[in-house]
Amino acid sequence: MDTNSASPGRGTPPGPPDPGLLRRLYRDLALTRAIDRESLALQRQGVFPAYVQVLGQEAAQVGSAAALERGRDFAFPTYRELGAAVALDADLTGYLASHRALWHGGLWNPRECGLAPLNAVVGGPVPHAVGWAMGAQLDGTGGCALAYFGDGASSQGDIHEAMNFAGVFRLPVVFFCQNNRWALSVPLREQVAGGSVAARAAGYGMPGVQVDGNDVLAVHTAVAEAVRRGREGGGPTVVEALTYRRAPHSTSDDPTRYRGTPEEAAEEAEWAGRDPLELARRLLLAEGAADPEWLDRTDRAAALRARRHADEVAALPEPSGEEMFTQVLEHPTAALREQQEEWREWHGYRADWEVAENG
Amino acid sequence: MADLLTTEPGALPGEPPATTGLTMQQAINRALAELLEEDPRTLVLGEDVGRLGGVFRVTDGLQQRFGRRRVMDTPLAESAIVGMSVGLAMAGWKPIPELQFDGFAYPAIDQIVNQLARMRYRSRGALPMPVTLRVPSYGGIQAPEHHGESLEAVFAHVPGLKVVSPSTPGEAYRLLKTAVRDPDPVVFMEPKSRYWDRGPVDSAAGAAEDGPEDEPRLRIARPGRHATLVTWGAMVRRCLQVAELAAADGVDLEVVDLRWLKPVDADGLAAAVRRTRRAVVVHEAPRTAGLGAEISALLMERCFADLRSPVRRVTGYDVPTPAGPLEEHYLPDADRILLAVQNVLEN
Repeated sequence: MDTNSASPGRGTPPGPPDPGLLRRLYRDLALTRAIDRESLALQRQGVFPAYVQVLGQEAAQVGSAAALERGRDFAFPTYRELGAAVALDADLTGYLASHRALWHGGLWNPRECGLAPLNAVVGGPVPHAVGWAMGAQLDGTGGCALAYFGDGASSQGDIHEAMNFAGVFRLPVVFFCQNNRWALSVPLREQVAGGSVAARAAGYGMPGVQVDGNDVLAVHTAVAEAVRRGREGGGPTVVEALTYRRAPHSTSDDPTRYRGTPEEAAEEAEWAGRDPLELARRLLLAEGAADPEWLDRTDRAAALRARRHADEVAALPEPSGEEMFTQVLEHPTAALREQQEEWREWHGYRADWEVAENG
Repeated sequence: MADLLTTEPGALPGEPPATTGLTMQQAINRALAELLEEDPRTLVLGEDVGRLGGVFRVTDGLQQRFGRRRVMDTPLAESAIVGMSVGLAMAGWKPIPELQFDGFAYPAIDQIVNQLARMRYRSRGALPMPVTLRVPSYGGIQAPEHHGESLEAVFAHVPGLKVVSPSTPGEAYRLLKTAVRDPDPVVFMEPKSRYWDRGPVDSAAGAAEDGPEDEPRLRIARPGRHATLVTWGAMVRRCLQVAELAAADGVDLEVVDLRWLKPVDADGLAAAVRRTRRAVVVHEAPRTAGLGAEISALLMERCFADLRSPVRRVTGYDVPTPAGPLEEHYLPDADRILLAVQNVLEN
């Protein structure tokens, strides 16, 4: 595969990159990597029942979300968008709470940071981005929606319906595909007819670009351009970030069952050799945006902060069982209130019983 | 009872069809227009709802009046219509999407069940979903396949959804306003065979300000002493006709129009059935795991000791809604309902 696909109009910045932006991107990459590492450890320690690693996709996520304006734009993640949460400055302890299974959607406030709750239906949130963009357009805020999905999700009907709607209404949406070459166990060639998600954009009357998803600046530039087009009324864009899922699909997955051929091993090694953080370090040094000492200091700061979030999420109290009932409806039905009362009585009875049994 | 085999809705003595007032589609149209007028965050969207005014003309004239930004023709994709409504609600709008026909709710079922109904829960209240999903529903017009289905049990089973179904123009007007003002997602099931019925619409009646919890949710459509017919939507009128027929034989039937299928007014229902001590549930949907089973169970739980007879169900059969003339065999008709009444009275 050609991983050097950055060419004019495909994520190449128009001039020399802003050193401040480069340092910000690196800080977010380093924090994403550090939290990803801590999260895996938390899963191994039994704090998280499962975890979905981001390893290898940090640049695609950070580069895209960093192109958004907090408070004005809105991102719609699936369940593997830690880098977007970092770049949007979401409450990261609250974000990690979803991996501790404290609450399905997480414990951060989506309205504050412009990051929708986690969504396990891949493709499901993409029409939401279109509706949100319609709302932003009606309000004239210039806000732009960013929809995350993968090569696997690109097979879902909702993606196609959403792209068509956005094309018809010329809505400010960036359809951001992280093509990580594996839809759980199914490789790209068996998932995406024609091999390119970006190529589909033409059929929906919008530009589609492929970028090197491991080059954080290339991703940022392509998405920033798409966001600008959206804000200016130029309609939606498909950005396909070519990257690679280096970790298993989740900690419950065993990739040795499907990533076994010599070609697949070579591909994995090739992508491992193009680590997004390593590429970013080289870029910052080459551009004179940072020196090695700054980079090391940033890594250390990221590790410390990641540790803090890990400690915090491990210490979060479990939600009250009452919330099962109170969060469903603004105006709960009588039946739901009765069931809540029934649960409360049983819960109290059980607590008394446990005290009696255990002293 | 031989003459009853020919019963047609609206063609029975004792209940001439109303010739004054608004039709149900006009009543819903008026409610939509007033809702769009009073709340600038309200939007109507769906297939053919704009220039055409909807296939049933329910949204007739709304786009001309409120513009293409407030009344939108969408591409033909039900999942995206509902998904887009979820996103609009996330952006602070109050969408009123229309699914053109009941059977086409199925292509949107992921967005209805996994997204619309759960976004509030998933976001712990940060992203409320004040969405009213209008679904022309039920049979009775001998429409093609997928155009005459009854999905109330499907919707009512989903945590996070509310379900309401009007039976008259006046009810449709009022209940739609209540539904749209409800901060939770509501599926509004319009009985399409009743769209052309006329009846009084009391604009002054307004709607409950704080949703269905704050108003009496069921309606005694006809008081009676001997047995209670529990029904909703298009079957309310049929049950009223049945009650007229029974009255001629000296049987005084009460007809309960449930209106809210979720939340069901269980207390009101139990109180009504305790008065007659006999109940027959009538619905168009297939019997197995239909809403009649839920009603029956609620009555068992709440007034078992008062019942003189097991609750009977008169429903559609466990078959796909049949085509054309067979629909008459499928939908509960006066004879089947009267037979069930006779059965509960004999106990």
